[in-house]
Amino acid sequence: MAEMPVIDPQRCDGCGLCVGVCHCNALALVNDIITIIETVECDWCTDCEAVCLTGAISCPFEIILQEP
Amino acid sequence: MAVQLEFLKSILYFSDLGLAELESIRKLVFEKTADRAEMVLLEGESAANLYFVASGVVKVFRTSAEGKEQILSIVRPGESFNDVPIFDGGPNPASARTMGPILLYGIKKNDMEAILRDYPQIALNVIKVLARRVRHLVSLVEDLSFKHVISRVAKILFEHIGGEMGRGPRLTQQEMAAMAGTAREVVGRSLKALEEEGAIKLDRHRIIITDKEALQKIMEVPS
Ligand code: SF4
Ligand code: SF4
Repeated sequence: MAEMPVIDPQRCDGCGLCVGVCHCNALALVNDIITIIETVECDWCTDCEAVCLTGAISCPFEIILQEP
Repeated sequence: MAVQLEFLKSILYFSDLGLAELESIRKLVFEKTADRAEMVLLEGESAANLYFVASGVVKVFRTSAEGKEQILSIVRPGESFNDVPIFDGGPNPASARTMGPILLYGIKKNDMEAILRDYPQIALNVIKVLARRVRHLVSLVEDLSFKHVISRVAKILFEHIGGEMGRGPRLTQQEMAAMAGTAREVVGRSLKALEEEGAIKLDRHRIIITDKEALQKIMEVPS
């Protein structure tokens, strides 16, 4: 299962900006609310988070220490 | 597709104009479409047009001598770009690339000058747009020209190391920006700088700290 950006549909105002910038079609509006489609092609470019003005999409990073 | 009057009215530049005035401005507006990742402006070239984003998003950025990109702003529908060279007559101060398919409304430099002469009442709104731009750039300049933001980002990463399989606290670039007291654009560049220093590696949704000592050293830069 591919990890995907986290969406908060309640914050989405249906502007569609994120749908337009995603290069792998992982985002779509269904009844004017954002939905996410799982895909390994999402490279965590974080463009969707960058363009969303309402904070409805976030691309959180896990921060891990590489074992020596 | 005809240029929409309601859209022109929603642009801050023209928001105080009546329908008759907007109608005459509409005649000077041309449409330009572009696909994803197309350059619409090149830094250093002479500026021909002022653009408003009708739909889609444009990224305005500068490229350093080493070829690194620094995002200056993300331009969304209703907002303008390339205003500065249109009014000061200089070359484009930055490049612009589409982040997805886009529709732009353009006005030629000469036509914009005529509009300002015919409707001087828009000047106040033009000044508002330019003043906001200056304020945004001033705050970016401070954070980009000093090392302290990189060191703050390094510290934030260090303080949020999760367990071996992650599942510790997870952080977005937006959250890191809020913690570091800077803009999201600056965090993106700081992460790249830390990666170039060999302290971290970005691996999709993971930030792997590959050299803890190097990261700690960067943290020690006084802020
Ligand atoms: S950019 Fe944000 S508000 Fe707009 S459609 Fe996407 S998630 Fe919703
Ligand atoms: S991170 Fe990039 S690729 Fe992944 S969903 Fe967002 S815009 Fe699409």
